[in-house]
Order: sequence, then structure tokens, then C-alpha cells
Amino acid sequence: MSKYTEDDLREELKTKEYEYGFYTDIASDTLPAGLNEDIVRAISLKKGEPEWMTDWRLEAFRAWEKMTEPEWANVKYKKPDFQAISYYSAPNSKPKYDSLDEVDPELLDTFNKLGISLDEQKKLAGVAMDVVVDSVSVATTFKKTLSEKGIIFCSISEAIKEHPELVKKYIGTVVPKKDNFYAALNSAVFSDGSFCYIPKGVKCPMELSTYFRINQAGTGQFERTLVIADEGSYVSYLEGCTAPSRDENQLHAAVVELIALDDAEIKYSTVQNWFPGDSKGKGGVYNFVTKRGLCEKNAKISWTQVETGSAITWKYPSCVLKGDNSVGEFYSIAVTNNFQQADTGTKMVHLGKNTKSTIISKGISAGKSQNSYRGLVKISPNADNARNFSQCDSLLMGNECGAHTFPYIEAKNKSAKIEHEATTSKIGEDQIFYCNQRGIDTEKAIALIVNGFSKDVLNKLPMEFAVEAQKLLEISLEGSVG
Amino acid sequence: MLNKKQMDLKDKLLSSFLVFENQLESDDYLNNLRNDAIKIFEEKGFPSKKEEAWKYTSLNSILKEDYTVFPKQENALQFNDVKKYFIHDIDAYKIVFIDGKYSSYLSETTHDGMDICLMSAAMAKPKYRLVIENYFNKAATKDSLPSLNTAFSTEGAFIHIPKNKLVPKPIQIIHFSTGNEAALMLQPRNLIVVDENSHCQIIERHQSLTGNPVLTNSVTEIFTNKRAIVDYYKIQNDNLNASLLDNTFIKQKQESVASVHTFAFGGKLVRNNLNFYQQGERIDSTLKGVTIIGDKQHIDHNTLVHHIEPNCESHQDYKGIFGDGATGVFNGKIIVNKEAQKTNAFQANNNILISDKATINTKPQLEIFADDVKCSHGCTIGQLDESAMFYMRSRGIPEKEAKALLMYAFSNNVMSSVKIPEVKQRITKIIANKLGVNLGFDL
Repeated sequence: MSKYTEDDLREELKTKEYEYGFYTDIASDTLPAGLNEDIVRAISLKKGEPEWMTDWRLEAFRAWEKMTEPEWANVKYKKPDFQAISYYSAPNSKPKYDSLDEVDPELLDTFNKLGISLDEQKKLAGVAMDVVVDSVSVATTFKKTLSEKGIIFCSISEAIKEHPELVKKYIGTVVPKKDNFYAALNSAVFSDGSFCYIPKGVKCPMELSTYFRINQAGTGQFERTLVIADEGSYVSYLEGCTAPSRDENQLHAAVVELIALDDAEIKYSTVQNWFPGDSKGKGGVYNFVTKRGLCEKNAKISWTQVETGSAITWKYPSCVLKGDNSVGEFYSIAVTNNFQQADTGTKMVHLGKNTKSTIISKGISAGKSQNSYRGLVKISPNADNARNFSQCDSLLMGNECGAHTFPYIEAKNKSAKIEHEATTSKIGEDQIFYCNQRGIDTEKAIALIVNGFSKDVLNKLPMEFAVEAQKLLEISLEGSVG
Repeated sequence: MLNKKQMDLKDKLLSSFLVFENQLESDDYLNNLRNDAIKIFEEKGFPSKKEEAWKYTSLNSILKEDYTVFPKQENALQFNDVKKYFIHDIDAYKIVFIDGKYSSYLSETTHDGMDICLMSAAMAKPKYRLVIENYFNKAATKDSLPSLNTAFSTEGAFIHIPKNKLVPKPIQIIHFSTGNEAALMLQPRNLIVVDENSHCQIIERHQSLTGNPVLTNSVTEIFTNKRAIVDYYKIQNDNLNASLLDNTFIKQKQESVASVHTFAFGGKLVRNNLNFYQQGERIDSTLKGVTIIGDKQHIDHNTLVHHIEPNCESHQDYKGIFGDGATGVFNGKIIVNKEAQKTNAFQANNNILISDKATINTKPQLEIFADDVKCSHGCTIGQLDESAMFYMRSRGIPEKEAKALLMYAFSNNVMSSVKIPEVKQRITKIIANKLGVNLGFDL
């Protein structure tokens, strides 16, 4: 990836409308809108799933029917009509390609516009990509290198067919299918997603990465990701999203399950840039995601996220620290601008002894947006010597936005040590003045200060993502400075 | 699902209201307020754990008693028997209630240049009508508990300090319950209006004298006008069968200073709803508290500071020590309106758990809509510092005393802002007593 300079940013800022707002014309194989048992069966059938999977989906669907949408989040929106959504769409021509040349050229063009050059990524970055366009994996690279190590990295539908024993054993163990409204919906209708298994003692040699995109109009995207790190293994998983601009709200309800067995480590990084709606608050993606990881003994799960997109974000990547000495980490930057609303945070559930968790959350709100941090730190009676440190800082730009903090802390063990601190402030005039004085204009000064504010989190991202994330931060805040 | 007993208390209160209504003087203004309030209570009922603000506190255990709503007998107490509950070593105005009834024998009120008297008198006499109409029920929210209180409100303290007055001595408001009824429900209602440039100090206490269950649902409305200063101390050291639902609402006008210190050591279940509304510029609000509880006690501090106008400050500092099977809840909310630029809001909540069965649930919450503000909150849960313990032990201080010293030091931040030395001494004694130590000197 070439070096990204301030001037490049300036160039990019000139095109401040959502730059990835285009629509690829690929004939899609789409189910009629609506949701009932038949649709669930049809999805399962289309994907050629075994019977246990169909039953599993149906069970989730029946549970979902009885549930009501959660309303506790600090967001306001028009509720999606779940019967008006088409629950399945897949690119039509889907033979498995041997080389990229065989891929639909229009699709390749899409990737190029997104700046994901597969070839380049392949050669330069050494990133294996499982590219998801509208729910079905089209190309998987570096599979061979991975399979030599015994690593399974494929789409979840493939995993259901080829590794049913693993899927059956772990799916729904961290996020039960009845966990919450959106998790149940996802369990019933998930179309595709990624599956990753790292065998015992294997350190995954490269960053695993998936790009999600919502493409077909009126299609909700229901991704399901399952990452299993077996004893003593290590994996770093990258997820990034962009979506084309659409006027009607699109629903995205993903479920991500991470399982870190004894001594394993999973690092899960997300850059989320779903279409946030235009500057008048019209359109935009609804992002209702359930992400949760389970740590066994001495295991570690680290969530890093940069959230710049979506009209509504409702997302709490969590860690269940079940095993003794396990570690959970959460690093997050959430940027909201215009009419975006974000209610995001984490849950750290300490069950084992000597468990540790760290939460660093940076919220930046601009325009007329609302940004909330909602977190839970729970120390169960058996979690001796549990340790938590939380820090959530908010930066406000302009007086029409809001920053909110809702930290829940529940301790039931006397040896627990918990620290929580939060601050809210604006960018200091003296800081801007300092920069101006040295010939840095206000816009650049703000970018500089925001970057500094987010440094703690940006540092945690893998190299490839850090550059992109910085760029995104600056683009998202463009125009928010009066 | 509401359990059956809870329904019973609600029904009982509703039917009692019908009786109560008939006994009332014909006073359309107040009766309309009462009628509206009972309707709100009828609709909302007692709060349940399903409500976000009551997530960690269930009232079920205290609502199942068969409370007497209107105690019949008048009871008298000898001053010497209850002397220890007063801050008796200083001269003070006293407003004392026994089982909800005013005790003129124990009280010391005044109408000399200011009114420190009774709510019942203020409600009945025309000369107070203007104050009642301007202030009564103007700060209390329309939540179910304050509404329930409004519906039944007849008695409590009425304090009106006119302009430019320095109240020469503190005012003590004490509620005794004698245990003559098997179970008693009290609903005192206090109204405190402090006009421009005036200053007053108030000490409030609820005390049950026997082991019979008592439930107090108290509402206090405080209005501090321009540049007024109010210092309020709540001493809660009741026995383990008494429960308190305290609702305090403070409306501040510009440049006023209000502080509330809550010392929560006793009671079976205590809920302190403390709400500050800053309706003017350059206001200063202070909310501090020390909580030291054990057994199966449950104490819930639910605070709200609403910054409405610019250039205001608020300081919150709550310390808690939880032993045995005690549960502590802290839910602090700061709201900063869009207009409230240059707000400086600070909130700290520090807790120590000294038993494996104790629980602390804390939720320091910020809702900020203005950009030029400084808001911070901090919250910790931890243990006593081992090296500090070792330091003291190695110098011959026994474990229990060393612990007590550390715990006292832990709460010192709050204690240091208590402005009445006698109150500070009394609290220190209660703390020493609570920790089971005698340090041989006044901490």
C-alpha cells in the first residue's frame, strides 16, 4: 500500500459525498420479500444444508417470532418491516474460480472502486481474503497456504457441508440462537459468512480478512462468522465493510462468535464503514450486530473496532472470560457525524479466577449525531482477583451532537479491582491555536488532534487497517468543523 | 408479574385514599393535586426491576408487610430516651414527628422573621398560600413514589427563609416511629424555600425505635433562589427493619449553592433519589455520600444532576464500604443540555468490598449535549491497600483498628466538606461504632 499523505486526504475530501456509493449490476438470485418458515426452509435448501442445520434455523425462527425488538438502546429510528425484506440474495454466476481472471469483470471493478485490489493484496499485503459480495463467497485466496498448516478458512456454508462436526459442535455456543432478537433473526436466516478453524498449537501466518458489502437493493445482510482457535493457537482476523448508497434503510444483523480454547489468542479487528445516510439523515444502514467471544483457560480475545459508518449502530462485542487467567480486551473508536446514532460498547463477564479485561473506548460525535457508550463489567462470585480497567473518552464537535456514557459495573467478589473513568471534552482552542500558529490550518489541526485522541486504539490495529482507519476517521469528520 | 402482596399494598393505599379524601378540608387546589397524583400512582404502581432506574433494586421484600397507613394513637416520647438521636450538643431548631404526627413537646420551631414550622400549618393557613401555590409539588417528578407521597401529603417540615437571612442555628428534622403499630408506612413531605442571599443548614434523620417494620416514602422539595446557600445532611442509621424511600428534589436559581451529604449506615432497604435541577447560571451543586453497610442491607443511591444553564458546576463523590451480604447500588446521572456550555461536572464513586457475599452495582452515567464542557466520572471497586495495612501492622496497630483507620481515611474526602463540626463528630462516632473499633480519639 502506497504511503498516504495529507495531500491525498485533501484530494479525497473534495469528493465528500459517500465515495463508495455505487451499485453493481449483477443479476442476483433473490428470494421474495418476507419471512416465514417456508423462507427459512428455502434458504436452507438453496444452500444445500443438512437437516440438522435446517432444524436449527427453524428453531431459531420460532424463538424469534415470540421475541420483541429491544428498545433500551439510546437510538431512535423507524423500525424495519421484517416482512418487507428479502432474506436471500446471491450473485448469480457462482462457479468456484481457479484464478481471478475468471471472476465476473464487473465484480472485479467493484473491488477496484473499493480499493481492494485482490492481486495487489495477494502479492503485497499477504492477506488472504474471503470476499463476500451479497452474502456468498466468491473468491478465496491463499487457501492453499492456509490448508498446509491445517487451518480451515472458508465460507460458513462450505464449512457446514465439509466440516459439519466442527460447526455443529460450536455454532450457537457463544451466542445462543435465542440470545436476543437480532441474533435469533440471524440464526434463522443467515445466508453466509466466514468460518475459521486454527488447529492446536498453530500460529496463523497471515492476517485473515473478509470484506463485507451490501449490494442488492432491499436485501438485508445476515452474516454469520465463527472463529475457533484451538488450544495454543493464534489468529488475527480482519473484517472491513463498505456499502453502496441506498435510500431505504438496509438492515444488517450479523452474528460473530469467537471461541478461544486453552492458551489460544484471537485478535478480531473491524473497520466498519457502512453507508451512514446522507447529510440530511436520509438512508443509511442499520447495523444490529451481536459479537461475542468465549475465553477458556489462559486464552485471550481482543476486539478492536473503528466504527465510522451506519445510520444506526447497535453493537457490543463482548468477552466471556470463563477460564482462569483469561484476558479480554476491547479497543474502540466510534465516530458519528450528521444524523448518525451509535449505541456501542462491550461486555466483559468475568467468571474465571485471575481474569483481566481492558476497555478503551473513544467516541467522537459531530454534526447532529448521538454517540453512546454502553458497557457492562460483571464480576461473578467465583472470579477471584479479577481486574478491569475501563476508560471511555468522548470528544464533542459542535453543540448539536450528544455523547452519552452508560457503564454498568456489577461486582460480587471482594478481591475484584475495577477502575472506570470517563471524560467528555471538546477540542481545546489552545490546541488549535498552537497548530494554527505553526501554519497548520484548522481542518488539518483537527485531523491531527482527532488522530492523537484515537491513537490508543489505532495502535492496536494491524498495519493494513491502521492506515485505512485513519483515512476513514478524517473522511467521516469532514465538514463537521465550522 | 406483580406478586399478590404487592398488589395488596397498592390496593390498600388506593382504598385508603378514598377514606383519606373524605376527611380532607375542602381545599380545591391541594385536593386536585392529590387526586392527580393518586391517578399517576394507580397507573404506574410501585416501581419494579423492569424499569431501568430500578434494575438493581427490588421493592418486593418490603412491600409484602401489612402496613398501617394512618396510625391511630398519638404517642409521646421522653426527650432523654431519644436524646441520642439528636445532634444535642448544639443549639438547633427542631421539627420532630412521632409516627408521622408532630410532637410539639420535642420540637422547637419559629416564626420570628422566618418560618420553620409544619407542613400541615402551611397548607391550612392562608398566609402561606402563595408559597404553597408557587412551590409545593413544583420540583417533584411525576414518578410513582413521589406521586404516592403527594397524594397522601399532610405533614412534614415547612421551612421558608425570606431574603437576606442567615439562619442562626441548624434545623433538625427528625422522624421517630415508635412501633406501636405492627407495621407502619410513613409519608412525610418537606418543603424548603430559601430566598435570595439566605443561608440555612438542615439535618434530617429517620429513626425507628423498635424492631417493627417501617416503610418511609419521603419527599423533600428544596428551592434555592438567587445566591442562596443550603447545606443539607441526611443521617441514615436506622435499624434493620426500617426501610426508606427518599425522594429529594432541589431546584436551584442562579449563583445558588446547594449541597447534600448522605450518610447511609442503616436500614434494611434504602433508596435515595436525589435530583438537582440547575435553573440559572453559575450554580454550584454538591452531592456527597458515605455508605458503610453490612448484614443483608441494601442501599441504592440514584442521583441526577441536570445542567440546564451555562457556567455551572456539580461535584459528586460517593464512597461505599460493603460487608457481609450487603448490596450497594450507585446510579449517577449527569445530563448536560445543549445550552449548558462551560459546564463543569465531576462524579466519583469509589467502593470497597470486604466480603465475598457483598455486591456492588454501579452505573455512572453521562448524557451530554453541549460541546464546551468538562465532564468526567470515575468509578473504582477495590480492596484495602495491603502495603498500607502492613505498614500499620508493623507499627503495632491491631488489624481491626488498622482496617478502620484505612476505611475512615477512604471516606475522609466526603467528611472533610461537612460544615457543622458536631455533625462530623457524630458521623465519625457512628462510623467507629459501625466498624466495631474504639480508636481512643475522635477521628
